[in-house]
Amino acid sequence: MNGTRYGSCNLRVLKRYAPESFFDEMYTAAGEVRPHYRRIEQCFTGLNPEEFARKREAVDLAFLRQGITFNVYGDSQGTERIFPFDLVPRIIPHREWEHLERGLAQRITALNLFLHDLYHEQRIVKDGVIPPFYILSGKHFRREFVNFSVPKDIYIHVCGSDLIRGADGRYMVLEDNARCPSGVSYVLENRRAMKRTFPGLFEQVGVQPVDHYPQELLKMLQYIAPAGVADPTVVLLTPGAYNSAYFEHTYLARQMGIEIVEGRDLLVRDARVFMRTTKGLQPVHVIYRRIDDDFIDPTVFRRDSMLGVPGLVNAYRSGNVSLANSIGTGIADDKVMYYFVPKMIKYYLDQEPLIDNVPTFLANEEKDRKYILENLDKLVVKAANESGGYGMLMGPHATKEEISLFRKKIEEDPRNYIAQPMISLSRHPTYVNDSEFEGRHVDLRPFILYGEKIVIVPGGLTRVALRKGSLVVNSSQGGGSKDTWVLYGDE
Amino acid sequence: MLSRVANCLYWMSRYIERAENTARLVDTNLQLLLDFRNLNEQRLAEHWLPIVQAAGDEEAFFKLHPKATAAAVTEFLVFQPENPNSLVQSICQARENARMVRDQITFELWEELNRLYLFVRSPRARDLWRSSPSEFFQEVKASSLHIIGITYATLLRNEGWYFLQAGKFIERADKTSRILDVRYQTLPEKGMPTEVSQAEALEWSAILRSCSALDSYKSLYGADVTPKSVSEFLILNGDFSRSILFSANFLDQALRRISGVPEGRLSNDAERLAGRLVAELRFSTIEEVFDQGLHNYLDVLQQKLNDIGYALFQAYIFQSFSSLEEEILVQQEEQQQQ
Repeated sequence: MNGTRYGSCNLRVLKRYAPESFFDEMYTAAGEVRPHYRRIEQCFTGLNPEEFARKREAVDLAFLRQGITFNVYGDSQGTERIFPFDLVPRIIPHREWEHLERGLAQRITALNLFLHDLYHEQRIVKDGVIPPFYILSGKHFRREFVNFSVPKDIYIHVCGSDLIRGADGRYMVLEDNARCPSGVSYVLENRRAMKRTFPGLFEQVGVQPVDHYPQELLKMLQYIAPAGVADPTVVLLTPGAYNSAYFEHTYLARQMGIEIVEGRDLLVRDARVFMRTTKGLQPVHVIYRRIDDDFIDPTVFRRDSMLGVPGLVNAYRSGNVSLANSIGTGIADDKVMYYFVPKMIKYYLDQEPLIDNVPTFLANEEKDRKYILENLDKLVVKAANESGGYGMLMGPHATKEEISLFRKKIEEDPRNYIAQPMISLSRHPTYVNDSEFEGRHVDLRPFILYGEKIVIVPGGLTRVALRKGSLVVNSSQGGGSKDTWVLYGDE
Repeated sequence: MLSRVANCLYWMSRYIERAENTARLVDTNLQLLLDFRNLNEQRLAEHWLPIVQAAGDEEAFFKLHPKATAAAVTEFLVFQPENPNSLVQSICQARENARMVRDQITFELWEELNRLYLFVRSPRARDLWRSSPSEFFQEVKASSLHIIGITYATLLRNEGWYFLQAGKFIERADKTSRILDVRYQTLPEKGMPTEVSQAEALEWSAILRSCSALDSYKSLYGADVTPKSVSEFLILNGDFSRSILFSANFLDQALRRISGVPEGRLSNDAERLAGRLVAELRFSTIEEVFDQGLHNYLDVLQQKLNDIGYALFQAYIFQSFSSLEEEILVQQEEQQQQ
């Protein structure tokens, strides 16, 4: 019945596989190709294995030669690795994307209102929606910034809210990344790689472009400049060449045409920020900072930081320099705060969330804690303030030792743990073992800019867990990426 | 531009030039050996050790190798990770500097430098070196010239470009002087050199070849290769791109373009020292050089180049980098409200 659809080509590259119990992006449960994937399927089945292998090698080589790499911490050689790139794009039809766009815009609006409220009147706490304990014990709540007005009242300028899809095909937000979300450079480079490798396909299919991101980012950064500056100088502050995302920092700076600086290039005098140049000190007005709050100013936060700029926070307070993202957004990344986001949307916007959270249990709440401890082998447990997939327990895949270790951690410090049921992430055909296509779990990180208006790059970074059965998609732990296509139409 | 970036571009350029010079120097000397007979251990050591000495690395060499054999010296000069001036290390440093300022160099330049870096660190490079050293050096030289070409063809003539030029020419002047210095022990300490034997003439030809200068030299001086003419050509000739005068001249021009100061004027120490060096070279004779003794003269010259490099650093790159402690103190003082 369905077999003949694929029987016509002799040397097929893309072969159907069983979706099993997971939602598959490309194939329905019955094994049919979803309408928005049909043209891709045609293209790939038209390729013979040699052509396909050649295309893959060409892309990998291009990435290596260009140095589109990242550094893996703890790697003894300190070498750079290419972020593995899979040629099969992830496709989102227009209608689906519209819905996601609305949901993400709703979410970032609520988060910005929340942060503003948190650092001013704290109405959401006084009205009992969020217990004050969670705020005050939040590792990244910056008391020093209460009642401080940020430029244009915006706290989160760049946000990456990770989306996943459950077995029923519904999207959910897995977590918000309101501090320094990275990955957009891969989005841009992956698209360039795909255009080079499959040039005719883009015309046929009708994919929304992504390369306006740097211009939009720059526009947003200029928008938040201190008042009265005619031609603001914008810079990107990087931790330096040994940071795992350094490639992205240089890439974005170059695309925007701005200077990339390290802490030691900047100087604060009279609460104004300057950069050290060959022609003396030049003023700086806006800093897109890719350094965490903790390291950004050794006179205020961590004294041992060599990456920051002494006096930067004072300049920020004086209104002489603007920072994106603002200081203090880390509390929004706290996974305990994530639990309250649907409530925030209700409280500030009087709306139901358009995209749901993953069901979450707070270890600090007695009823939830009891449930968590009784079901550790079935749940995913996460530390409130870790990222990159670290500090996490995957109950169903964990050993007895790991589970009892986490039990102890939760009992010692319940405030800093949450648990969620393990979601079977959706899968996507991915080329594996140098020989075949199998389903691998994917997620999606869209990039949201919040300036004069909200701009969301169509699609974002689709990350794929390359190891069979793995649900961990982070680059530092064996993940790869795909190009993400948002279509103009629905197929 | 950022001081730190200027510094990186300057050093990237210096390291690329350094690697290319090392490639030419070792390649030529390996080929030179093919022209000799009866090469015993002592003869070989006499051939190779001056090369290490001229680079100023004698002490470092003997810490790592007991004897100056061909294998030891070439390993030291080409691959040795413990030798920061080895060819491979120079390329690594160049690439590291480039990586830190990737946004300042064009994509094509980065790609080629990265390609060279990946090549010299690959097993293929070692294999090639073992089977055919000449081919290995060809690859390195070709890549370096490619990089120069890309730089010339694609880079904006902005401040960064002139820092690249300054780095290239200061390094070139230095390296040419060291290549010239390799056979100084066959010369009298002061005064004009006397007749040279055929073997020595071959060695002086090798010096010219190490600077890719043999053909140009012959067009001016004919087939006769003498230490006096070779020195005159490599130090005082204003038209040959690897000569010291030529390099000093371009260094001087690059410095002026950085500060924007017109010809005949000065704005910092680096320009003063560079201008003086150019004038000295322009108006010297080779007799005056040999009166001082070639080796002494070159030693003094290298010191002058170091001084220019330091002055450049002081003028543009050094900007009172106070320690973190001092800076924090300054901030706290400024922020007091009382």
